[in-house]
Amino acid sequence: MIRRLQVMLMKELLELRRDRWAMFRLIVPLLIQVIVFGYAATFTVNNVSLSLLDLDRSQGSRELVSHFVASGRFDVVDRATSQHAVEADIDAGRAVVGVIIHAGFARALDSGKTAPLQVLVDGTNSNTALIALGYVNQIVAGFQSHAAQSAWPAGAGAAVPGLTVSMSERPWYNQDLADRWFFIPGVIGTLAFMQVVSLTAFAVVREREVGTLEQIMVSPIRPYEFILGKTVPFFLIGLVDVALVTTLGVLWFGVPFVGSIWVLLLGASLFLIAALGMGLLLSTLSRTQQQAFALNFFFVNPFMTLSGFAFPISAMPAVLQWFTRINPLRYFLVVIRAVLLKGVGPEVLWPSMLALAALGVVLLTLSVLRFNKSLD
Amino acid sequence: MMDIAVQATGLTKRFGSFVAVDNLDLSIAKGEVVGFIGPNGAGKSTTIRMLCGLLKPSAGRAEVAGFDVARDPEAVRAHIGYMSQKFSLYGDLSVRENLLFFGGLYQVPRGEIEARMHMAIGMAGLEGREDVLVQTLAGGWKQRLALGCAILHRPPVLFLDEPTSGVEPEARRKFWELIHQLASQSVTILVSTHYMEEAEYCNRIALINAGQLVAIGSPGELRRHALGGTLYELSCEALGAAVTALGQMPEVIDAAIFSDKLHVLMRGSVEALQPWLATRGVTAGQPVPIAPSLEDVFVQLVSRSSVAGQT
Repeated sequence: MIRRLQVMLMKELLELRRDRWAMFRLIVPLLIQVIVFGYAATFTVNNVSLSLLDLDRSQGSRELVSHFVASGRFDVVDRATSQHAVEADIDAGRAVVGVIIHAGFARALDSGKTAPLQVLVDGTNSNTALIALGYVNQIVAGFQSHAAQSAWPAGAGAAVPGLTVSMSERPWYNQDLADRWFFIPGVIGTLAFMQVVSLTAFAVVREREVGTLEQIMVSPIRPYEFILGKTVPFFLIGLVDVALVTTLGVLWFGVPFVGSIWVLLLGASLFLIAALGMGLLLSTLSRTQQQAFALNFFFVNPFMTLSGFAFPISAMPAVLQWFTRINPLRYFLVVIRAVLLKGVGPEVLWPSMLALAALGVVLLTLSVLRFNKSLD
Repeated sequence: MMDIAVQATGLTKRFGSFVAVDNLDLSIAKGEVVGFIGPNGAGKSTTIRMLCGLLKPSAGRAEVAGFDVARDPEAVRAHIGYMSQKFSLYGDLSVRENLLFFGGLYQVPRGEIEARMHMAIGMAGLEGREDVLVQTLAGGWKQRLALGCAILHRPPVLFLDEPTSGVEPEARRKFWELIHQLASQSVTILVSTHYMEEAEYCNRIALINAGQLVAIGSPGELRRHALGGTLYELSCEALGAAVTALGQMPEVIDAAIFSDKLHVLMRGSVEALQPWLATRGVTAGQPVPIAPSLEDVFVQLVSRSSVAGQT
């Protein structure tokens, strides 16, 4: 058994070494993707284009306008002169938000009545719209408390009307809520997943296409020997992937690495075994490399979408949430984010680790059973 | 019974409703070289793959080197060598590395691996080119190296599935010399081919068509008896009209055009041939009895079995 496994490994490593482009193909796209994701994948909304219309032209309205300008969140693209002009700005996409201060704004404010302020938001990108609306609320609230403070100077002894609760936020693990800190660990898992699944699937299908698989199948090799020989090199490549991308994320993008490297290694190993199992299973379902490519595309994309990489699992419909339970990537993202950002260990992560181990065992067993050395 | 290396009884393989191999009986003695001949899709590869344990028979059974292919495929695998239609070597590995790989797969004893590799390299004529990558070798070398890889573990039975397809004639001749060398060491060989002249090199020929064994025998036997009549060569002018006229003659089994002459297969007397044609306006020369080539035999038998299969 050792001898057959030895020659399988020797063969795989020799083939990898002979392939001049292998190192390039394995590493360069990975680095490019981390850099692209690191810079581009962000939900932060800055410099929101704003169209302003001040119909009140009072001291109060000018003060509100200056709050908008000073916030740094908005980029005033138009000082409109009519409501029509504001609507046209939004229609044409010149502005995402339109703020209209109606006549009588300052008078209503001074007399303690509700002051009319109209806000129009382009909801095409719902995420941007929500965040921009949040900024508007923040600015208006700031203006309100400012106005209240000047109306009732401190030390007057009277209770400040309206504002009774003041909330201050302090997010844990990622105090600045940097999107990168959320995305980069996700990218590490996702890229390693894509690469390992497709490498494994293609490697076996290629042998089938070239005809060498048939030659191996008539030899006395055991299915698990073949599968071990095929997977061990890709397992090592996957570990290198994870190490490389993690290093880049930490050193280049400043993602913290609070936890233990050994916990990450354990989680990554379990995850890679499951990913290898998936790749092998796909390879047993394909006869040609085209089929493997189509299958790979068919499976890997939903697995990424349903992993919590970008979209929160808790917001998904129940059926899809159930599906995420058989998704190794989902569990690994939990592990890697927790290790990098929270620094927790197996005492917290064991359910995810256990799920990864179980998926690995099931997927590998299925592929060994399907690879039964028969061409039927 | 000890002298039988391959024994198939009622061997059948169905893919859905398609019957690829239909109730095939085949018995091959130890040290025999049997040629497996038939048109594409006749079931040659499927039969060989069942005998190798790569496909499970739908019905019937087969024993190779004394082991049942369905019940004990691993024991069969340890006792056979196999070359598939494609050259199944690793192109990005060297000659030596390919041999080491297959030698390891078959667990050739470490003490013997060097000597056997040396032998295989000598057999393929690749001395001094041990470190050349296989993908840079020409077809003939690759094919002889593939054979070398297939016999590193000294299998008593060898299955070769169209090993010579796409290889130039000189290399094919060398390959057949190797096959006979192996047979002289009492290795049993079943080799499929679609080259007729290669059939002549076999001890026996098994002709297969549409999944059924149509005829089996030595080349001489097939030539003499398989047709069921005598073959005549006939020169005449209106070849097309002659074929039509002969088709109506009861004694004629078959008539076919061969370049500028006719080959006519007849049972019984040939006396009536010329008069029959003359009364139908075709002038013909004297019919000359000829020895049928194997190609004549195959064309005849295949077309007959195809007609039988359709009715």
